Amino acid sequence: MTDKARDGEYDDLLDAIEDGEGYYVECASGHGWLPPRRVCPDCGSRELTETPFPESGEVATYTTVSVATPQFSADTPYTTAIVDYGPVRVTGLLRGVDPDDIEVGMPVGIEVGERETTGDRAVVFRPR
Amino acid sequence: MSHPRVTGVGLTPFGKHSERTGRDLFAEAGLAALDDSGVDPDDVEALFYGNFMGELAEHQGHQAPLMAEAVGLDVPATRFEAACASSGAAVREAVRHLRSGEADVILVGGSERMTNIGTAGATDALSIAADDLYEIRAGMTFPGAYALMARAYFREYGGTREDLAHVAVKNHDHALPNEYAQLRSEITVEDALDAPMVAEPLGLYDACPITDGASAAVLTSAEYAEEHGFDAPVGITGTGQASDRMALQDRDHLLKSPAASKAADEAYADADVGPDDVDVAEVHDCFTIAEVLAIESLGLYEDGEGITAAREGETHVTGEMPVNLSGGLKAKGHPVGATGVAQIASITKLLEGKSSWSDDVDDARVGVAHNAGGTVASATVHVLEVQE
Ligand SMILES: [Zn+2]
Repeated sequence: MTDKARDGEYDDLLDAIEDGEGYYVECASGHGWLPPRRVCPDCGSRELTETPFPESGEVATYTTVSVATPQFSADTPYTTAIVDYGPVRVTGLLRGVDPDDIEVGMPVGIEVGERETTGDRAVVFRPR
Repeated sequence: MSHPRVTGVGLTPFGKHSERTGRDLFAEAGLAALDDSGVDPDDVEALFYGNFMGELAEHQGHQAPLMAEAVGLDVPATRFEAACASSGAAVREAVRHLRSGEADVILVGGSERMTNIGTAGATDALSIAADDLYEIRAGMTFPGAYALMARAYFREYGGTREDLAHVAVKNHDHALPNEYAQLRSEITVEDALDAPMVAEPLGLYDACPITDGASAAVLTSAEYAEEHGFDAPVGITGTGQASDRMALQDRDHLLKSPAASKAADEAYADADVGPDDVDVAEVHDCFTIAEVLAIESLGLYEDGEGITAAREGETHVTGEMPVNLSGGLKAKGHPVGATGVAQIASITKLLEGKSSWSDDVDDARVGVAHNAGGTVASATVHVLEVQE
C-alpha cells in the first residue's frame, strides 16, 4: 500500500490518535462526528469545532466476526465494536479482552493498531 | 387517481448460476416479464434497472444499456444503485413516471451475479454498502453490521437466538412450494442454532444465501392496461423512500430502522391505507433480525414486539400477518439488485391468486413490499392493492 494516497482527514485523525490527541468535531448543539465534516447532518451548523476524545468511552454494541472479507481473513476471529464517547460514536476493533468477557457498557480507550491481514492501520479499542 | 398496474412479471430461478452472465440472467427475466404481460415490446418506453456489485463481480459498469439490448429494447435505460434496495428505487421512479403521464409502459428489473466471486468475494462486495472509512476499515461486514444491531436489540427489548431461528424456519417453510427459490428445504430451530457462527450472535442460518438471479416487471398506466385489454388487477397504490446516515455509529438508533419507518409512512399515506389494512408483506430479511426490524418499521408490530412474531406463528402462512410467503431473502435467495422487483413480483402473483400460497390467503387485497439497502441507509416501501 506504499503508493496509496492518503485519505485526507481520516488519516489525519488516525495520526492524531496515534499521538494521543484524537478528536471529533462538534457543533454548538453538541452533535459529534468524525471528520471530514463541513456541516452537521443533524442541525445544519457549519461551525464545527475539534474536540478531544474523552479518556474512555463505553461499548454500545459489539460482534465477534468469524467470516470476514479477504482484507480481514487472517484477523478472524476479531471483534468489531461501536463505542459511545458521549456526543460521538466510533466503530473499531476491540482488542485486549476475551470475547466472552466483553460487556456492553465496558469502558474502553481509543488507539490505532495494525490489521493482521494487510498491515493497514485501524481504530482499536482496549479496556481501560 | 388511477394507479400504475403490474401488467407482467418475470424471474429467473434464484440460486447458484456461477457461469451465467448478468446479461443472460436479465434477458431471461425481462423476456419472461414481457411475455407474461402480453405488452408489445415496441410500446416499452424506458428501462429502469437495479444492480449493485456489477463492477466487482463482472468488471462491468454502465449496465443499463447493455441490459436493454439484452431484452431487445432500444429505449432510454438507467441503472439505479441503492445497494440491496437498487430495484426498489427503480420501481419507485417508474411509478412516478407513470403517474405523471410521462410514460405508459416501463420495464423495471434488476440482476446480480454473485456466486462466481465466491463467499469471500461476495462478502467483500457486499461490505461496500457500508462506510468505507469508518466501518469497513474497522472490520465491519454485512452480517457483522446486522449482528451489531441484533445485540443492541436484544439488550433493549430482550430476545434470543432461538427467536431469530424461528424466522429462518418459517421462511424456509414458505419457500418449499416456490419453484424460483434457492433453498427449498425444511429446517429446524436446532439446525439453525447448531450452524456455525458468522458474526456472533448471527449464525449461518440467520443469513440469506449468496445468489445469482434476475427479476423484471412490466409496469403500465391503468389506462394503457384497460385500452389494450390486459388482465392486470394489481396496482401499485403507494410508494415511499427514505435515507438514513450511512454509518451505524452516526444513527440516532442502533436497534431501529427509521428510514424504513419514514418510507412506510409515506407509502401508506400515498395509498391511503394503514398498517392494519396490510394482508401480506414481503420484507427485506437479509438476516433474520432484519425481518424483525422490518415488521416493526412497517408498523405491523410495535417496537420490541416483532421478535416473537415468528415464534408465535403469527407471521407464518397460517398466522394473522403472513410475512415473506415467497421464502423471503432468507430462503428464496438475495440476488441483491434483483430483490426489490422480485418482491413486487411475489406480492402481485399472491394478490392475483396465482401463487402457491394464494389459496391460503384468498381474501388478501393489500400487500406491502419493503426493500432495504445496507443497514437501511436506503429504504423503499410499496403498497400493492387489488383494483376494482
Ligand atoms: Zn448539530
